[in-house]
Amino acid sequence: MSPAVPVGSKKAAVEQHASGDKRFKILEAHMKKYQYRQDALIEVLHKAQELFGYLEDDLLLFVAYRLKLPASRVYGVATFYHFFTLKPQGKHTCVVCLGTACYVKGSAKVLEAVEAKAKIKAGETTPDNQLSLLTARCIGACGIAPAVVYDGTVTPRQTPETALEHVKGWVPNGN
Amino acid sequence: MVIDDLNAIAEKEQAARKKTVIRCCMAAGCMSSNSEGVKKNLEQAVKDAGLGDEVEVRGVGCMKLCCEGPLVSVDTQETLYEKVTPEDALELINTLKGGKTEVKRGDLNHPFFKKQLSIVLANSGEIDPERIEAYIAAEGYQALHHVLREMTPKAVVESMVKSGLRGRGGAGFPTGLKWGTVAKTQSAQKYVICNADEGDPGAFMDRSVLESDPHSVLEGMAIAAYAVGATQGFIYVRAEYPLAIKRLQTAIKQAKQLGLLGSGVFESPFNFNIDIRIGAGAFVCGEETALMASVEGKRGTPRPRPPFPAESGLWDCPTLINNVETFANVPPILRKGAEWFAGIGTEKSKGTKVFALAGKITNTGLIEVPMGTPLRQIIEEMGGGAPDGGKVKAVQTGGPSGGCIPADALDTPVDYDSLTKLGSIMGSGGMIVMDETTRMVDVARYFMEFCVDESCGKCVPCRAGTVQMLHLLEKILNRQATARDLAKLEELCEMVKNTSLCGLGQTAPNPTLSTLRFFRNEYEALLQPDPYGASGNGGAKEAGLVTK
Repeated sequence: MSPAVPVGSKKAAVEQHASGDKRFKILEAHMKKYQYRQDALIEVLHKAQELFGYLEDDLLLFVAYRLKLPASRVYGVATFYHFFTLKPQGKHTCVVCLGTACYVKGSAKVLEAVEAKAKIKAGETTPDNQLSLLTARCIGACGIAPAVVYDGTVTPRQTPETALEHVKGWVPNGN
Repeated sequence: MVIDDLNAIAEKEQAARKKTVIRCCMAAGCMSSNSEGVKKNLEQAVKDAGLGDEVEVRGVGCMKLCCEGPLVSVDTQETLYEKVTPEDALELINTLKGGKTEVKRGDLNHPFFKKQLSIVLANSGEIDPERIEAYIAAEGYQALHHVLREMTPKAVVESMVKSGLRGRGGAGFPTGLKWGTVAKTQSAQKYVICNADEGDPGAFMDRSVLESDPHSVLEGMAIAAYAVGATQGFIYVRAEYPLAIKRLQTAIKQAKQLGLLGSGVFESPFNFNIDIRIGAGAFVCGEETALMASVEGKRGTPRPRPPFPAESGLWDCPTLINNVETFANVPPILRKGAEWFAGIGTEKSKGTKVFALAGKITNTGLIEVPMGTPLRQIIEEMGGGAPDGGKVKAVQTGGPSGGCIPADALDTPVDYDSLTKLGSIMGSGGMIVMDETTRMVDVARYFMEFCVDESCGKCVPCRAGTVQMLHLLEKILNRQATARDLAKLEELCEMVKNTSLCGLGQTAPNPTLSTLRFFRNEYEALLQPDPYGASGNGGAKEAGLVTK
C-alpha cells in the first residue's frame, strides 16, 4: 500500500500485526500523510483513537515504532492529554459538560442522576460495556447550558429527568 | 490571483444576490437544536413555493442570541425568528407571501443587538462561513492585498502599534510590540501561531469566530506573517470544537485554491502556509510555551520565560503567538486604518471586545461592545439581568484565572486595567453571571478542582499547592474548618501565586482570592469555633461569627 516505506520496516509492522487488521493500514496511511514526522504524534494518536476507540499498549508501541520515538514518549503524551483514553470505552457515551455555565445551571445534578442510575462514577464504564460516563471541561455550548453529549450529539438544556430518559436504554435495568 | 480577480469574485457574488435572504444559524449552539433540519426544510419550502429565483436560504455563522436558537432571520422583514423547528419552515416561507405565523419573534431593537459594535463579528451571522466567495464579497482579503502590494513589513507593524490593539487572549499584551519584537529577530525560519485553545470553561467567543468567519483569522495570520517575516503558520484548536476544525479546514483549502495562501500570494514573493494542530484536552496548552510543546507533538508542559517565544519559540525559532480574536481584528484595522480603530474604546484599551454571556442571565449569547462599556450595561440592559426574577450576585470573568466581580461593582467599565484592579482579569471573554442561589465558596472550590485536574505537574507550587488549597476549601464547605484553616488558605494562595512557573499556577488562586475579598462573610459563616480557644486570629473570627 505504501511503496515509499522501506521494505524492512514495513515487514516488521506486518509481522507485528499478523492479524491483518485493516485499521493499521489506515493508520499507516495517515502517518505517511504526515511523512512520519515525530511532531505529528498527537495527530496520529487522534487518528488511532478514532479507529480503535482507545489506545491500547500494543497500538502505542506500533505508533512509537513507526514514528521512531521512544515508547516512553508516546506513552507520556497519551497519558498527558485528557482526550486520549487507554481503556476501552462502552458502546455508548454520555459526556456531561461541567463548564462554568453548565455548572451554575445544575449540570452537577444531571451527572449525579446518571451516576446513580448507571451505578458508575464519571470516567467509568458499565460492567456490560454499554455506557461510558464522561465529563467535559467545557464544550463551548454555554448558550444552551446545561449541555450533554450523547454519542457525539450535543443536546441542549438538560435536566436530571431528560438525561435519564436519554440513557434509559443504555444502562442495566434502565426501565 | 491578482486584485482584479478578487474584485471579479466579489462582483459576481454581489450580482448573484437574491432579493430576499433568509439566514439560518449554523453555528454549534443552534446546530445542537437541529438548525440543520430547519435549513433543509426552509430550502425545500422555497423550492415548493416556486420562490427559488427570489429567495436564498443561507447557512450563516453565529447570530449571537444563542439561548433562543435555532435562529432564522428574514432580511426583507427585518425579523429574527426564535426557537424555530423544522415544522415551522413552511409557515415562515408563507409569510413572504403575506401569510401569518405564530413563531416567536425576537426584538432586533433590543439593547442586546442595538448596543453591539461589530468589528470581529461583523461577518458573523451574515455570510456563509463555508464559502470563500462570501468573505471576499465582504471586502475579504482586500487588506492582505493592500499590505502585500503597498506596505512594507515595518509599516504594517507600525500600523498595529498605532492602532493600540492589545492581545485578546487575556493578558492584554500590546500586539504591535509583540509583532515588532518578532520582526526584529534575525532568523531564516519564523512561525506564526494562532492560539485557538479556548480552554476557559464558559467562554465560546473563539469557537464562534472560527465557525462563523474563519477566513478573517486566516487573513489576519497571513498579514502577521508578512509583517514578521514568517512562512509557516499553525492554528492550535481544541479537539472539543469539531465544527470549527472542519470549517477551518475548508477555509484553508479554499484559500489555497485561489492562491491566497501558499506560494506567491497575490503573485508576490510572499509565501505562507497554515496547518491545523488539534489539541487533546489540556487546559495548560493555552499557555504559550505549553502550546508550542504541544505543536511539537510533546507533552504540553510550560517552560520558564525568558526566552520569550518572540525570540525562541517553536523549534527554537522566533514565533508570534496571538489569539483568534486578535487575528480577526487585524484585517479591519488595516482596511479602515489604525486611527479609526484607535478611536474606539478607552485610552489604554482600544477597539471592541467579544464576550460570551452565560450562566444565570436571560439573554445568553455573544456580544461585542466597545472597550470601556460598563458591566451594568452588559449584564442588565443587554443581558436582561438574571432570569425568573432572580438577582445578579456576581459576574465571573477570566475563567479559572479570573475572579468574581460583585454586583455592587457593576458600574466598572470593562477594560483591561479596571478589571485587574478588581482582582479579576479581562480573560478571553467568558462572562458567567451568578445569582443569589450560587454559593461563592462552592464556586471557588469548583475552579480549584479544575486547576488540580489541569495542573501539568511540572512545578511543585502548582502541583501540590492546588491540591492543598482544594482540601482546605472542601474542609470549609464541609463545616470542618476553623479560622486557622482560612488563614492557611490565604497564605497558600499568595505562595502559589508568587512561585508557580506558568500562568496556570500563578492565577489558580484568583477565584479564591477574589471571592475571599468580596464574599468573605460566606467563608466565615462556614467556619467552626477553634477548639484551641481564642488565641490569635481564631478568637477574633469566632467573635465575628457570633455577631451574625
